[in-house]
Amino acid sequence: MIGAGVLLLLFSISIAISVGAVSVPLHTVWSILINQVAPGTIEQDWSKGREAIVWDIRFPRALLACLVGAGLAIVGGSLQAVTRNPLADPHLLGISSGAAFGAILVLMHTGMFWGLITVPLFAFGGALAATLLVLAVSQFASATSADRLILAGVAVSFIVMSLANVLIFLGDPRATHTVVFWMLGGLGLAQWSHLVFPLAVLTICGAYIWLNARKLNAMTVGDETAVTLGIPVARFRLIIFVVGALITGVMVAFSGMIGFVGLMVPHIVRMLVGGDYARVIPASALFGAIYLLWSDIIARTIMAPEDMPIGIVTGLIGGMFFVWLLRRRAR
Amino acid sequence: MSAGHLVAKDVCWRPGKNQPCLLHPVSFEVYPGRVLGVVGPNGAGKSTLLRMIYHYQKPTSGQITVDGQDLWGLSAKVAARKVAAVLQEQPGAFGLSVREIVALGRTPHRSGLSSEGAKDAEIIDVAIQRMQLEALVARNFDTLSGGERQRVMVARALTQQPQVLVMDEPTNHLDIRHQLEILSLIRSLGLTIVVSLHDLNMAADVCDAILLLKDGHCQGFGSADDVLSEQLVSDTFSVTAQRQMLSVSQNQHLTFHLPS
Repeated sequence: MIGAGVLLLLFSISIAISVGAVSVPLHTVWSILINQVAPGTIEQDWSKGREAIVWDIRFPRALLACLVGAGLAIVGGSLQAVTRNPLADPHLLGISSGAAFGAILVLMHTGMFWGLITVPLFAFGGALAATLLVLAVSQFASATSADRLILAGVAVSFIVMSLANVLIFLGDPRATHTVVFWMLGGLGLAQWSHLVFPLAVLTICGAYIWLNARKLNAMTVGDETAVTLGIPVARFRLIIFVVGALITGVMVAFSGMIGFVGLMVPHIVRMLVGGDYARVIPASALFGAIYLLWSDIIARTIMAPEDMPIGIVTGLIGGMFFVWLLRRRAR
Repeated sequence: MSAGHLVAKDVCWRPGKNQPCLLHPVSFEVYPGRVLGVVGPNGAGKSTLLRMIYHYQKPTSGQITVDGQDLWGLSAKVAARKVAAVLQEQPGAFGLSVREIVALGRTPHRSGLSSEGAKDAEIIDVAIQRMQLEALVARNFDTLSGGERQRVMVARALTQQPQVLVMDEPTNHLDIRHQLEILSLIRSLGLTIVVSLHDLNMAADVCDAILLLKDGHCQGFGSADDVLSEQLVSDTFSVTAQRQMLSVSQNQHLTFHLPS
């Protein structure tokens, strides 16, 4: 199963690099990749331009799609367990609206005074600030239970989003379209030099979540039962929440708000591999990566040469999937 | 698996410093392998009492010991090896299989990274056999009937290898056949059991001792014959209770009416 998934992932990456305004044959894609890793292995029969497209533009973009898809899916899956809410999603808990606030502040008001990295930095800072705000609200309202933590997240999300909308309202209307693009998500910012941040956060935080798969299983039964199994429920929920915020914050910072991945992927994965989180977490990472790769392929080709925001694609597919899931549950 | 000796001494609980007690000091003792039934009207403090035993709510004062060890002096993990609980909450739609749910009982016995060992697997299999769940191991928990779910939750608790088992209204929402099955199960486990029940006749049948609660006060603790008297039951539940001898089985039976 995992083997088939990895093969599918490699295949999807190849397609994602091959397809676009300039189409590059698959064997050229692989030749370029192999030559970059081990220079001189294959005799060069392609132009410098193609090499640049494959290596400098499309490959980092495909890798960013993998990282973001995997990260959002892992966060969605683990939040669903600790809140015992199958609708939990990384964007539900105020994290994304905080990131949006930070990005809008830069895009419409302060300008990119640190260069291109300014937007991701501010988005990440906003995500962290929103997370701290949610934690403060949940402490203030002594809301450590699962549903009350969600309510705290929703409340903060609305407040921060309103403030972000104030920034849009006060800002230069001509800059609005950059904000809209950012809020609907896109992988166009992918660069080799930036990939290390999402990679590092995903590896560390993802590993932590996976190592706690057994606790996540126990949390799906109920708070009190999890306590009788020796799990410090309230603390564990907060840790997963903060770890999830870290992952989401860094992903949103580089790709904007891409909805429905974290909500949908774990559901599909459970149908394939069952409910044990020791399998759900790695499978979600794999499937999330594949899902976002294909969403990006669609987003890039459907209105070529324009990029459609990827959030439109994931939202459309996700929404329709949800209707199907609803119908399936009803029977 | 050995049954533990459970002693509660003057345990009481209040939600906050200046708030009234939800459970006034109560003391009782359950000998190894015996079954204590906790009964009382809604809001009597049954759940509060059970929660203090299964390490969910810390007593405001007083002490609960198992085989002489103070439960609340232990870490949550160590306490989880002594006391297991079968509660009314049930897994949501997360697609865990029966075996995966039962295996959760090994959680307090394993350290963070270790995977399931041969000994764990054996303990899980024994619990599955004991609850006659062999045919269901691969089934998705969400697809089980109420009675089957309850058996899975008991198997999960047994996998914890506790000395004391707490059960919160285990017969709730079950049909008569499954109620009787659960009750005979309770008797056969050989563990020290604290069980809350709504049906007083059932409690009298299955329990070695009864603890009667009302508004957070203990109304009586002792054998069913002593505690479930017409007078005490009538007062506690605000009904008119009558004890009758059933002519066929020669068993005592309580009937209830609204006071006229």
